[in-house]
Amino acid sequence: MSDAVLEIRGLNVDYGLGADAVHAVRDVNLTLHRGEVLGLAGESGSGKSTLAYGMTRLLPPPGVVASGEVLYHRDGGDPVDVLRMDHAQLRAFRWAETAIVFQGAMNSLNPVHRVSTQLTDVIKAHDPRSTTASRLARARELLALVGIAPDRLDSYPHQLSGGMRQRVMIGMALALEPRVVIMDEPTTALDVVVQRQILRQLVDLRERLGFSVVFITHDLSLLVEFSDRIAIMYGGRIVEEAAAADLYRDPLHPYSDGLLHSFPALRGPRRELTGIPGAPPDLRSMPSGCSFHPRCPRAMERCGVEVPVLGVPGDRRGSDRTVACWLHPVQDNRF
Amino acid sequence: MTHSTAAAASGTTEVVLEASGLTKHFPIRKRGRELLSRGTRGVHAVDDVDLVLRRGRVTALVGESGSGKSTVARLLAQLHPQTSGTLRLGGEEVVVKRGRAFRAYSKRVQMIFQDPFASLNPVHTVRYHLTRALKIHGRAGKTAQDLEQALTDLLTRVQLSPPERYLDKFPHELSGGQRQRVAIARALGADPEVLLADEPVSMLDVSIRLGVLNLLRDLKDRLLLAILYITHDIASARYFADETFVMYAGRVVEGGDSETVTQHPAHPYTQLLIDSAPDPDRPAAEDKDGGSGEPPSLIDPPRGCRFNPRCPFAMDICRTEVPPPFPLDDGPGHFAACWLYGEGAAG
Repeated sequence: MSDAVLEIRGLNVDYGLGADAVHAVRDVNLTLHRGEVLGLAGESGSGKSTLAYGMTRLLPPPGVVASGEVLYHRDGGDPVDVLRMDHAQLRAFRWAETAIVFQGAMNSLNPVHRVSTQLTDVIKAHDPRSTTASRLARARELLALVGIAPDRLDSYPHQLSGGMRQRVMIGMALALEPRVVIMDEPTTALDVVVQRQILRQLVDLRERLGFSVVFITHDLSLLVEFSDRIAIMYGGRIVEEAAAADLYRDPLHPYSDGLLHSFPALRGPRRELTGIPGAPPDLRSMPSGCSFHPRCPRAMERCGVEVPVLGVPGDRRGSDRTVACWLHPVQDNRF
Repeated sequence: MTHSTAAAASGTTEVVLEASGLTKHFPIRKRGRELLSRGTRGVHAVDDVDLVLRRGRVTALVGESGSGKSTVARLLAQLHPQTSGTLRLGGEEVVVKRGRAFRAYSKRVQMIFQDPFASLNPVHTVRYHLTRALKIHGRAGKTAQDLEQALTDLLTRVQLSPPERYLDKFPHELSGGQRQRVAIARALGADPEVLLADEPVSMLDVSIRLGVLNLLRDLKDRLLLAILYITHDIASARYFADETFVMYAGRVVEGGDSETVTQHPAHPYTQLLIDSAPDPDRPAAEDKDGGSGEPPSLIDPPRGCRFNPRCPFAMDICRTEVPPPFPLDDGPGHFAACWLYGEGAAG
């Protein structure tokens, strides 16, 4: 396997302080490898966006990163902990090393500035000595990269369609050739046809430019098609992580299984589907033990008492997948 | 396919609501030089749509945002007056503006909206919402016990049990799925014949969507409702609906039995839509470059077939003449509004 770019270790993110704190992300360990698309799937409130903001230090108060580290591996250098960077380091790190495309990115462009101004502004901020002409040339190049005609450079955001605005956002994220791009539900507001065009372009760009992607979405069927590995979150924890094809063929956690069976299929026989009974848990009053056990069809007594550990399951030893479920207890979690 | 032909055979196909030639143009305000010109321009939101809703059947209307599918629902609910075209409810032509006639119409045709977070009033309890629906439509009974019984029945019907636990809750105390169930209960409060569901599950969490769809299907079977299911997700239309109609830029381009439309799409747009839908079973090699472009402006839609600027098979006739629906013989009621299937064309 290729080397790691970003390593999250024991990350805990809370909203609020003290006894009233809501634990939105708990004990997350996750590794992003070079050049891969890592899918992060989960329902609303599962902590997937909080995780993304926590690891980039974009979390607005009252969110606080309670503990953990986020190691970023530079080219040929020692890993640095993003959570312990000072202000200047962080400023240099952001966008140049890790870029983020936000949820509802269509509305994150400034409506009163032209696309060109917004694109060149990024380059100017990180490289003040560049010339106006070189910045404009780069902006033109970026638009070409995401498949927009360069004459759109002078447009205002409202003159572009939703799909084009989304492309501009992706182009902006790539402006400084970051090694990690985090995409938080980048295509939820778009139609399926446009969504597919943009994702195809993204996969193509990743192959050409070699960056890694963390792709956050609630649409698991999309991830199975577009990502290399998938991590599934539930109630603030990662409950299963596996290669996309393995997860689709053979989901180990009952929640992953339920999620995969919540999408009606477009092909094959028409089956009766049930979804998952119950509702996602309230983070303020999480169930004891495994947070999925009240909705789990295969819950045992143990599930309500002990929190399962994420690790390589004993019955799948030697594979590179992990699961947190008492149905597949971990033989040895010092992997 | 067997499912719906069985339904057709069992005689549950009585037409409840029928729309023919339904058209809606929204006028746009004139600006600048246009003020001097005569005639008004408009957004051609819906053009010449024929639709039939049958008792005990689910009809899906699939399309991208801006295709006019929600406008069709609003026209059917008479929330907007149509520009032209007729609506027939139970065989009688409907002419509704407001007041008593509108109320009588809405008693029989109810609508569920996309966002249960917005369609319930946050300062009122579930009891208030349902009581109001019952009272307006004269189904609250005479005594307090009658009302209580009706409320309990409604909540039980949408599988919110025990009903006492939900009656005095405020919307913010309920989850998205529960809220949508309350919205459905409110619509059922009128005891309607037709339920217009505008993207009823797209705002809900993935794992609870199917619960709400299965509930709607169950209600359809028990109360013999005619349901119009509006969605952008063609896979869920296949799962839930008996018949599927596909809309593009304000026109219906293809329709017929759901299984036929999704398995043997005839119109190039339907084919593009199906190729674009996320499908984990798709072999990687099959992921062909479906096409580019975006839906046209509806203020000045393309002449002829509205899909022609994006269509890989576009012919000369497509740019000049609007294709009528051509019947296809591979499924009951399957048609496509595409010149590829015209009399002159081979195949």
